[in-house]
Amino acid sequence: MTAVERAAGSRFPGHGLKVRGVVVERGERRVLDGVHLEVRGGQLLQVAGPNGAGKTTLLRVLCGLTRPLAGRVTWDGRPLTGPEAAAHLAYLGHVDPLKDGLSPRENLRAHCALQGVRVDRAAVARALGDLGLQDHEAVAVRHLSQGQRRRVALAGLVLLGRPLWILDEPFASLDAGAIDTLRGVLEGHLAAGGMVVLTTHQPVPVRGDCRSLELGAA
Amino acid sequence: MKTLAAAFLSLLTRDLTLALRRRQDALVVLGFFVVVVSLFPLGVGPDPQLLRSMAPGVLWVSALLATLLSLERLFSEDGRDGTLEQLLLSPWPLPLLVLAKVLAHWLVTGLPLALVSPLLGLQLGLEPGEMGVLLMALLLGTPVLSLVGGIGAALTLGLRSGGVLIALLILPLYVPALVLGAGAVDAALYATSPGAHLSLLGALLLLTLLLAPWATAAALRIMLD
Repeated sequence: MTAVERAAGSRFPGHGLKVRGVVVERGERRVLDGVHLEVRGGQLLQVAGPNGAGKTTLLRVLCGLTRPLAGRVTWDGRPLTGPEAAAHLAYLGHVDPLKDGLSPRENLRAHCALQGVRVDRAAVARALGDLGLQDHEAVAVRHLSQGQRRRVALAGLVLLGRPLWILDEPFASLDAGAIDTLRGVLEGHLAAGGMVVLTTHQPVPVRGDCRSLELGAA
Repeated sequence: MKTLAAAFLSLLTRDLTLALRRRQDALVVLGFFVVVVSLFPLGVGPDPQLLRSMAPGVLWVSALLATLLSLERLFSEDGRDGTLEQLLLSPWPLPLLVLAKVLAHWLVTGLPLALVSPLLGLQLGLEPGEMGVLLMALLLGTPVLSLVGGIGAALTLGLRSGGVLIALLILPLYVPALVLGAGAVDAALYATSPGAHLSLLGALLLLTLLLAPWATAAALRIMLD
C-alpha cells in the first residue's frame, strides 16, 4: 500500500476554511489588503503572485502564526484564535522542520508527539518507506540531501493525518523524482477529501480540483 | 492529559539527545565556568583569606556569565530550522513546552555547573560545610537563571548580535538570584545560618517557575508574528 492509497483510506468529513477580508500590515506597509478565500474538502488552492505579494504572510495567517489587523479566518465556522487552536492543520514552511542531529525516525516521532498524535514505530517506518526512505531511517538528517529532507518532512505531514495542509513553496529545489513523490502525496490527500493551500511560482502539476488565488504586487 | 505528558517528555528527550550528540556546546559552558573561577587566584594573588571571602561572589558571577553564554542557543536553532514554528502550532499550552525546553537547558548547563562548583570552592579555600551550602544555593539558583534567561533568549530571537542583547536584558534580572545565592554562601562563611537566603532563593525559584514560561511563550509568539 502506498502513501497515496493509505491517505485515501482515511476520509476527512466535509470541512471548510474561510477567510474574510484579512488585512496585514508590516511596518507601515499593507502586505495583505482584504483577502477573501474559501477552500472546501478535496480542493487545492494555489496562492500565486510576485515576490513580496504576501503569499507567505497569508499562509501564516491561515495557521494563526500571524495575527491579522482586520478580518477573520474560520475553520468549520469557528474563528481561529491562535496557533494552539490550529489542531486541524499541518504547516510546512520553506525550511523543513527537522533537527539535523536526529535521524528521520527520531524527528518524526518527536514531531508527532509534539502535535499530539500517537504513532508507533511501524507507522513511522511505513510512512518513510512509502516515500522511498527505508534505508535512511537511522541516518542523521544532516547527511540527507535536500530532496530526501523534504520527503522526511512530507512523511511528517502524512503521519499527522490533519485535513488541512498549508505548504510554503513545497516544490522549490526538488528534482523530478521528488516532485513526482510530492504530487502523489498531494493527490492522495485531495482524493481523501483533504485540503491543500500552497504557494508556488511554478504551475502546480497536481490533478484534481485546483484553484488559484492571485495576490497583487503591493 | 497522557499525550500532553508524552509531548513534554518527547520534547525534553529530543533536546537532551541533541545536547548529548553535540557535547561540545555544554562542555564549553562548563569549561568557561572552570577557567573564569580559576583565573581569580592568579589575578588577585594567593592570599587564602582574601580568596575565601571572595569565593561566593566569584563563583556566582562566573556561573551567571557561563549561563549567559549558553542562552542564545536556547531558541535560535529551533528558529532557524523551523521546528519553533511547529512548537507554536502544537495544540498543547506553549508555556509547558517552553518549560520542557528550559528544563533540558538546565539539565545540560545549570546542573553540571552546580555539581562541579564544590570542587572550585575547594580551590578557593571553602570548608566542606560551606561547599554544601554553595551546592544547594546553585541547585536552587541555576534553574532561575535558565528560566529568566529563556525570556531574554525569546526576546532576542532572530536579531543580530542577539547574544550581547541577551546579556544587557537579562543581567539586571539576575541580580536577586545573585544576591541571595552569594548571600547564602556568605552567611555560611561567617558561621550564621544560610537558611533564610536559601528559603528566599527557593521562593524565587517557585515564582519564576510560575511566571517565566508564560513570559517566554508570549515573547516567542511576538517574535514569530
